[in-house]
Amino acid sequence: MQALQVQNLTKHYGSVKAVDGVSFSVGAGEVVGLLGPNGAGKTTTIQMLLGLLEPSGGEILVMGKSFSRNRREILQEMNFSATYASLPGNLTVKENLNIFARLYGVIEPWTRVLEVIKIFDLEKFAKVRVGRLSSGEQSRVNLAKAFLNRPKVLLLDEPTASLDPDAAERMRSIIKKQAKEAGSSILWTSHNMFEVETVCDKIIFLSRGRILDSGTPLELVKKYGRKNLEETFIALAREPLENRHEK
Amino acid sequence: MRNRIYAIFLRQLYLYRHSVHRFVVLFFWPPMELILWGLITVYLNRLSMANFNFIPLFLGAVIFWNFYIRIEQSISVSFLEDVWTRNVGNVFASPIRPVEFIFGLMLFSVVQAFLSFAILLILAQLFWNFSVFQFGWLLAPFFLNLFLFGWTLGIIATAILLRLGPSAEMVAWAMPAVIQPFAAVFYPVAVLPMFLQRVAWFVPLSHIFEGLRAVVLFQGFNAPSLFLAFGLNVLYFIIAILIFHLAFRSVRKKGLLQRYSEY
Repeated sequence: MQALQVQNLTKHYGSVKAVDGVSFSVGAGEVVGLLGPNGAGKTTTIQMLLGLLEPSGGEILVMGKSFSRNRREILQEMNFSATYASLPGNLTVKENLNIFARLYGVIEPWTRVLEVIKIFDLEKFAKVRVGRLSSGEQSRVNLAKAFLNRPKVLLLDEPTASLDPDAAERMRSIIKKQAKEAGSSILWTSHNMFEVETVCDKIIFLSRGRILDSGTPLELVKKYGRKNLEETFIALAREPLENRHEK
Repeated sequence: MRNRIYAIFLRQLYLYRHSVHRFVVLFFWPPMELILWGLITVYLNRLSMANFNFIPLFLGAVIFWNFYIRIEQSISVSFLEDVWTRNVGNVFASPIRPVEFIFGLMLFSVVQAFLSFAILLILAQLFWNFSVFQFGWLLAPFFLNLFLFGWTLGIIATAILLRLGPSAEMVAWAMPAVIQPFAAVFYPVAVLPMFLQRVAWFVPLSHIFEGLRAVVLFQGFNAPSLFLAFGLNVLYFIIAILIFHLAFRSVRKKGLLQRYSEY
């Protein structure tokens, strides 16, 4: 069974098509990269997957269940982390995690909070207010929150964007280890092509709300005859614009 | 469900633990208002030719009015806390249902209102030897109605904030002032011009304060006022929950939750 199935997902704002008939799936334990230039529809897609935005059409299935009909039950099995969506800065790390553990229905919340604090090396910040942490430390808190409920489907939006290369590398290995332990499938967006090549089993490339192409990083690089994923990204990102100008 | 409601309650509790300025709302403004009105009533008592004690009338009104404001603003301002910290997206991406979110805020409003109430009772007793307990259980049903209406307006204010965005913050602060002329807090409804009396009939607070006045002034129990207030309150509370649901659905449909979140 696929962990996440998206069928013909659409979001229209009047005549503007932010997401236009997107279909893809994420298999159990798979890490899928959702790539695309700014304004491609990545965040809109993730917001619909989190139930923050109501789709105009299409269907989302999580672990085979319809999201629209089982929202609460499904969200209990999901979580997300986005670099630019910090937890409240006026509460401490421990307090924030305790609140979200309860919101996600974690059994024995305090035990799990202390566990994720240790896993994400946050012990010395446990009693510090989140607002006083550096952006890199806040990213770690966000990730700790994302793993509180051992999610079956995890949505990560540029999870390492604010980390230095060393911290990013360490965080990637923690994410992979924790995801493996929890049996999480991950939808991962990033503008760091090295990161995408390293962690993603498959890539979906979005542009102007539609899927331009998908495949493994290696397949896509070969298909477009580029040296690496970065060059492939640039080629794909520019292609529809150039085509449009020619028309 | 219990866990999620408790989480929302806990969030507000933690906020108080960390910032002294939040206590100002509880422990500074209401006592200041009480002291001000207390001094006014002392002055009125001296001026009055009749042998009438204004203290129960005005101090009682100030105490109950503040109790209502704490309930109402505890809900709307607690929601604003999530708006200010751009946490709305984080909360609603969790399995919480909008009604659980509201119940969490309602639970916190009970604590906040009683804390503020206790302070005012102590001060009123200390400075003017006035205690609402002298009226016994007659006040209790009106108290319950204050809760219901405070929750109702708090939920409506939150729905308006949710739908119109952070720029509508004034709604949370202005709501009590808008309702106050029709609430007959310091005067009977009969004092209002006829067309305003008709408006006041639809405001449960007017019936609640008429009932409270009957208890405080005549130790009487105004049953019609109580039943009218309760009937209107139940109706408005159901409407408020529906309005919040509609606002939440509309915001999800139009993608407006992004205004309150980095996400």
